[in-house]
Amino acid sequence: MYAIQEKSKKINRNKIKKRNVKERCIKIILFLLASISILTTIGIVIILSRETISFLREVSIIEFLTGTEWTALFANPKFGVLPLVMGTLMIAVYGSFIAIPIGLGSAIYLSEYASEKTRKIVKPLLEILSGIPSIVYGYFALTFITPLLQKVIPDINIFNALSASVAVGIMIIPMISSLSEDAMKAVPNEIRQGAYALGATKFEVSIKIVVPAALSSIISSFVLAISRAIGETMIVSLAAGSTPKLTLNPLESVQTMTSFIVQVASGDVTHGSLIYKTIFAVGMLLFLITLIMNIIARMIIKKYREEY
Amino acid sequence: MSNVKKRKLIDKGFHILVFLTTLFGLLILSILLFDILKDGLKWINIEFFTNFTSRFAEKAGIRAPLFGSIWIITITMIFAFPIGVGSALYLEEYSDDKKILTKIIKLNISNLAGVPSIVFGILGLGIFVNFLGFGRSILSGALTLTLLILPIIIVSSQEAIKSVPKELRHGAYALGATKWQVVKGVVLPYSLPGILTGSILAIARALGETAPLIIIGAVTFIAFIPESIFDKFTTLPMQVYNWSTMPQTEFHDLAAGAIIILLILLLGANAVAIILRNKYQNRIK
Repeated sequence: MYAIQEKSKKINRNKIKKRNVKERCIKIILFLLASISILTTIGIVIILSRETISFLREVSIIEFLTGTEWTALFANPKFGVLPLVMGTLMIAVYGSFIAIPIGLGSAIYLSEYASEKTRKIVKPLLEILSGIPSIVYGYFALTFITPLLQKVIPDINIFNALSASVAVGIMIIPMISSLSEDAMKAVPNEIRQGAYALGATKFEVSIKIVVPAALSSIISSFVLAISRAIGETMIVSLAAGSTPKLTLNPLESVQTMTSFIVQVASGDVTHGSLIYKTIFAVGMLLFLITLIMNIIARMIIKKYREEY
Repeated sequence: MSNVKKRKLIDKGFHILVFLTTLFGLLILSILLFDILKDGLKWINIEFFTNFTSRFAEKAGIRAPLFGSIWIITITMIFAFPIGVGSALYLEEYSDDKKILTKIIKLNISNLAGVPSIVFGILGLGIFVNFLGFGRSILSGALTLTLLILPIIIVSSQEAIKSVPKELRHGAYALGATKWQVVKGVVLPYSLPGILTGSILAIARALGETAPLIIIGAVTFIAFIPESIFDKFTTLPMQVYNWSTMPQTEFHDLAAGAIIILLILLLGANAVAIILRNKYQNRIK
């Protein structure tokens, strides 16, 4: 009898031990899966910097960052990245001229004015806009916006920064409206009601109470949307053209950092050539610019958040 | 005009203004859909699905990109789903929130979500195509998209896992279940609809993604159906890009036709996600 008990105890102990080993293995496996995202970042940094350093051995960093001529694909190439940066920023900024007022307006309407019923219909419809792939906006820019612009401004280039800006602006509207609306919805109702009790109109409540209270999130949604516009690729590749130019005139054809990368990558590049390395150098710059903007967006929220 | 009247007038004007801005978004959406349907609908027939692309617009179809998209999406899901859900499980169930490593992982995921997709393409070109030698293949493309959509799957799975009531977990622990038994028997079944909803939306994102695949696959003339993960490929959005860059307008209309198919697939994915979400919400009530 005693021996049997001992035996079953031993079996139990073995079972528990086995179970513990299994538990620990599972934890390690899950940890390894979670660390893939860290490896991705490390991979991006290593790959980009390795080829960028090798690029900077052939082109001086001063020429790269301050040069005003980008003729990477010509026989006698010049690698001044400013025209690409300028093209990128111009499209992002002009795009946000469209997206910020419209996005913010929609957010105020949905959060403050619209009835629950309207909101339930309109919000998902606006979300469809954000689910449409950017290639579709690119097609739209090329086949609808550009011909429309040509009717209004006859001497506009077929490929122009304005058409791309409009499409990029439309693309980032839902991002601004949905992030801002979430922030406005989070403003406690008591504050609104306090203002209404003092006789304020909806307009006054929206502009003087709700928007200031949600301002940090609203501004950070602008920054995130502009960062998204800077990284946007397909619209600019299709609609903005491929002429690197240091200009602020939206009627001209320009090239952005992203559309340059696409232009080079869709041609036949030999692995290890200087032109292959330019993909990584320009990519590095793009990565750093968007990373800094995303960090700024997070800092704005953290620092200026109003707590209720 | 009295002060009150003026203030009310301003309020009314502002109401109309913000209403119009909202209308603008909806108007653009309908113009966009109308423009694409008008251009593309006439091209959609049986041959459009069975023909490969061609130098002649009348003979061109989406057979290769349609199969390419299906291949890419399937392989991407095979990689992304287990990695994403596993990461979310680790972060929500196993990791210690106070540990610096956990904080780094979480911060890193939110940073990755903001990296432009083209940068993922460059990463894929550097690592999968050249360093690991997978070439311009489906495998390289799918692995790149996996890394791209991982943050989306992880964050949405985390939300789903967080929504599992503590009482359920405690009940299982009280019966002597181990952590993994709780995860497998309680947490996963309960959060699965939420996880699936997020994963479907992530897949929809991968389906429409163009830039990283152009960097990986280059835009080449593909007139065959891929047979293994090491084959070259093209996808629907890549084909749309390719046709849109052609000078002839017939090819632009073909692009619109391919966009219609792409949008139908995306709409289908979103519909499934919405149905799942509704089912899930009803169950919680």
